[in-house]
Amino acid sequence: MKTKENDIILQTCTKVVLFIIILFSVHSFFAGHYEPGGGFIGGLMTSGALVLLLIAYDKKTVAKILPIDYKIMIAVGLLFAVGTAAGAIFFNVPFLTHAFGHIDLPILGDTSLHTATLFDLGVYLVVIGVTMTIIQTIGEDE
Amino acid sequence: MLETIVSIALLMIAIAMAMLIYRVIKGPTTPDRVIALDALGINLVAIVALTSILLKTSAFLDIILLIAILAFIGTVAFSKYLEKGVIIENERNR
Repeated sequence: MKTKENDIILQTCTKVVLFIIILFSVHSFFAGHYEPGGGFIGGLMTSGALVLLLIAYDKKTVAKILPIDYKIMIAVGLLFAVGTAAGAIFFNVPFLTHAFGHIDLPILGDTSLHTATLFDLGVYLVVIGVTMTIIQTIGEDE
Repeated sequence: MLETIVSIALLMIAIAMAMLIYRVIKGPTTPDRVIALDALGINLVAIVALTSILLKTSAFLDIILLIAILAFIGTVAFSKYLEKGVIIENERNR
């Protein structure tokens, strides 16, 4: 006879570690312009955190916590990438030309903002969407 | 001086990793291999840290955290497969 299974250690660890992984992925997403990192590795780490959640709990619980259709996420990410690239056309510059500038934000002060970040956000969303779609499709039994 | 010490440490970790690879290949049971792979990942963290000291760069420090997180997730996934036979359940039976 099998004893009753209880994943209390794994689930409590996941609750702590999950946020560290997501913070790390957000950090490497925003650090991508000046340091190693960027949309691809950030998206992979975020989906790694979601995979850890899927391992510790089950698919129904995760779908209840994060009611996201990852196929729509891929579409939104591609829209961000194409939209950032196509936005350049309206300013009489070639396709995929990016713009940047220094803007005074209320709390952060002088910040250099670049439209490449929006392109990177598209990459980030596509990577999360593709990874989670693959893993959830393979993970489906019966 | 520092380079000599770091080189000696790298050599020691390389020996430890060779012994762990022996355990991965020989290991009589699957849990032995999983534990050896986990320890290999942690030794890889030490290798990356020592190499970034040797190269005098801080560009690899993100990789350390990355390898540690991936080793943890991989070990947890292997352990769950060994324990329950599935990695991602559709619905838990509580």
